[in-house]
Amino acid sequence: MAGIVSFASYVPFHRIARKTIAQALGTGGGKGERSVASYDEDTVTMAVEAARDCVRRRDTAGVKALYFATTEPPYVEKLNSATIHAALDLPAAVRCLDISCSIRAGAGSLLAAHDAAVAGGQALATMADIRIGAPEGSAESSGGDGAAAFLFGTSDVIAQVEATWSGTLEFLSSWRVAGQRYSKTWEERFSLTQGWGPLLADAAKNLLASAKVSPADIAWFVVDAPNARASAGFLAQAGIPAEKIIDARLDTIGHAGAAQVGLMLATALEKARPGDRIAVIAASDGVDAMLLRATGLIADGRPERTVDRWVDSKRADLPYTRFLKWRGILETEPPRRPDPQRPAGPPSLRSHRWKFALVGSECTACGARHLPPQEVCVACRASHKMRDVSFADGKATIKTFAVDRLAFTPQPPMVVAVIDFEGGGRVQSELTDVEPAKVAIGDPVEMTFRRLFTADAVHNYFWKGRPAR
Amino acid sequence: MASNGIRDRVAIVGMGCTSFGEHWNRGLDDLLIEAAESAQASAGIDADKIDAYWLGTMGNLSGLTLSEPLKINYKPVTHVENYCATGSEALRNAAYAVASGAYDCVMAIGVEKLKDSGFSGLVVTPPPSDGTHPAMTAPAQFSLLAPAYFKKYGLDDETGKEVLSRIAFKNHSNGAKNPKAQFRKEVPMEQIRNSPRVADPLGIMDCSGVSDGSAAAIVVRAEDAHKYTDKPIFIKALSFIAGPAAGPLSQDYDFTTFPEVVASARDAYSQAGVKNPAEEISMAEVHDCFTPTELVLYEDLGFAERGGAWRDVLAGAFDLGGRLPVNPDGGLKSFGHPIGASGLRMMYEMWLQLRGEAGPRQISNPKLGLTHNLGGAPGRCVSFVSVVGL
Repeated sequence: MAGIVSFASYVPFHRIARKTIAQALGTGGGKGERSVASYDEDTVTMAVEAARDCVRRRDTAGVKALYFATTEPPYVEKLNSATIHAALDLPAAVRCLDISCSIRAGAGSLLAAHDAAVAGGQALATMADIRIGAPEGSAESSGGDGAAAFLFGTSDVIAQVEATWSGTLEFLSSWRVAGQRYSKTWEERFSLTQGWGPLLADAAKNLLASAKVSPADIAWFVVDAPNARASAGFLAQAGIPAEKIIDARLDTIGHAGAAQVGLMLATALEKARPGDRIAVIAASDGVDAMLLRATGLIADGRPERTVDRWVDSKRADLPYTRFLKWRGILETEPPRRPDPQRPAGPPSLRSHRWKFALVGSECTACGARHLPPQEVCVACRASHKMRDVSFADGKATIKTFAVDRLAFTPQPPMVVAVIDFEGGGRVQSELTDVEPAKVAIGDPVEMTFRRLFTADAVHNYFWKGRPAR
Repeated sequence: MASNGIRDRVAIVGMGCTSFGEHWNRGLDDLLIEAAESAQASAGIDADKIDAYWLGTMGNLSGLTLSEPLKINYKPVTHVENYCATGSEALRNAAYAVASGAYDCVMAIGVEKLKDSGFSGLVVTPPPSDGTHPAMTAPAQFSLLAPAYFKKYGLDDETGKEVLSRIAFKNHSNGAKNPKAQFRKEVPMEQIRNSPRVADPLGIMDCSGVSDGSAAAIVVRAEDAHKYTDKPIFIKALSFIAGPAAGPLSQDYDFTTFPEVVASARDAYSQAGVKNPAEEISMAEVHDCFTPTELVLYEDLGFAERGGAWRDVLAGAFDLGGRLPVNPDGGLKSFGHPIGASGLRMMYEMWLQLRGEAGPRQISNPKLGLTHNLGGAPGRCVSFVSVVGL
């Protein structure tokens, strides 16, 4: 029976306190904080973070499909999931597809990956979102940024899919036209009473009926609606006890759009014991639902980095103006130096395993490792004796570093380090999610996939080091 | 493979050098003409005596950059570029052409106009790439040396900063005595130490300036030298090397040295017959693009023991009156660094010093002078070392 084989989540390092937003705007109040994707992150890089954790130490040769769900695709024409595919260094024979235009895309990607696994082979569902709202609107502070990934398959399953159900309803609740930065919403009472409320109830009834189980048989409820009042109302009406309800973490992350259902499901899977049933119901422009049952392998399938761990690893003092700058809402003076050049197509394709998957080379004559890959060995000068070797998961330490206060970056100063990998290999790399005053020679770092800059509407994706999270 | 050198086979018989600085009202052409004409005047020759030219400048594509303003009459002009060693590379090629017998009298000339771009430093358009090269600025690339050096030799941050500031202080102090320098004022230690940080621990006062300038040399066979001047200077060694750029790749490199400089210094000393540079070299113009560069160069060039240069700096060993004056003209620190011109500007100081024409900064009785350029970054650079003397 098909189900989830592994999963992982990602929450960016930065948080902004809601009272920081309120104070900046002079509105007062604000509880908790929201996660904020850094200036060098987008939904693709965040999906890569989660997906890398999800497929780490797993054979990816059997992956046949990759889905990417988001409402903020970095490209509106060009397959974003192809970038994720490249960063994961997956085999060429994979169907990649972007699912967008609704926060329901997250749950949709789970169902699509499940269907693909049922059809044979493994399928990866990735979802990530960056939630942007207009200053002084509630969406700005209630949104959150994050990602999740789920690998579906038919063997080594940690949570079997027992039932699925989907319903669709065309109604005007929340919308945004192409080129618009902020979405608009219809009156809340209309959406609650005519849309989400009935949809959630209908989904729960149908999902449980098709699996022939009752609410009492469910250990964990993952209920996601675009509005906290909608899910709370449904849960109260259905009489579901609080201890079975997965917290939406609205006070620590915020509502992460298309990734919300994934972050909540990941939390549920981290709590589940063998035999536990998890009901997943996600409403928006209709509803998707999935009933899962944890197997005896559940403990082996958990990621090292849990949602809790991501939530706790943070820097929470982001100023409001920087938050606006990172989202492109506050235009600032560019540095007085030439604009960066867009990466060129042919060299990017020639070096795609290096650029997107951080694959270097190792000399088969002497073992020396090289980043970027070289053809002539730096140690023994042997020529054309190289084999590919991946550094994406490599452990490394800082040999020396520079705090560059002149470099072109939206968050000066740019910290650049010489990074030495365990087992050989060195790279000079920008550090991200870093506090410049705390960097020291010998510090451990790990590699993370980021967007260096965008030039001429080409996103320049590459890897950076970051202090181990 | 051999690097046989051309010791004492070639002489410099005339040199010219513009003032370096913000030449808002003068173009590349004006600077080239001034340097070329003053070099010719210095050698006492007209343009028609010059058989061939080597022009060092970055990104100007061809020899027409020189032949057009000078109206050179259908003669070879070779355009060379090799990062920050571009001017020195022009001189090396010119000297080798004379040593080969191909020409009797040639000019090496370097120029750069940095202030016209509106950006600080050299603006180059890199070739199309995959965008994976780290986007560090030059000060940051060279600042990588500082934490590595401090850690290896046990300097605390305060001592380290003191040493770097002392190097900048010395070069400004020398530059204050030089009418051609961009900056001609002494700068107090406090001001250097507390200057705004650009790439920690480097402040703005740890960096060379941005300027425009040009310098030129007339090169002939040694046996012809006295036809032009009573006081020619003779080339003892010219060594230029490009490294394998191993530093960014190999964990063997520790960011406290420039292996390329060590290699080119060894080659140059061997060509010149120098056994003990710390004693035999009278003075040096070295590539002080940033203060930690100069610190490390003392050791790489054999002027100080490994790990000992910082103590020598504090003891004043490289001051104008020290045991081995370094950057007596004020260095890149006081002159700025118009890329193609710098190597020849350094040679111009050797020309003045060896002829006893350096005025208030004259070193007593110099025998051998050394010039040094490097281009690139720590672990990935080209290096040039020359030795010249009487």
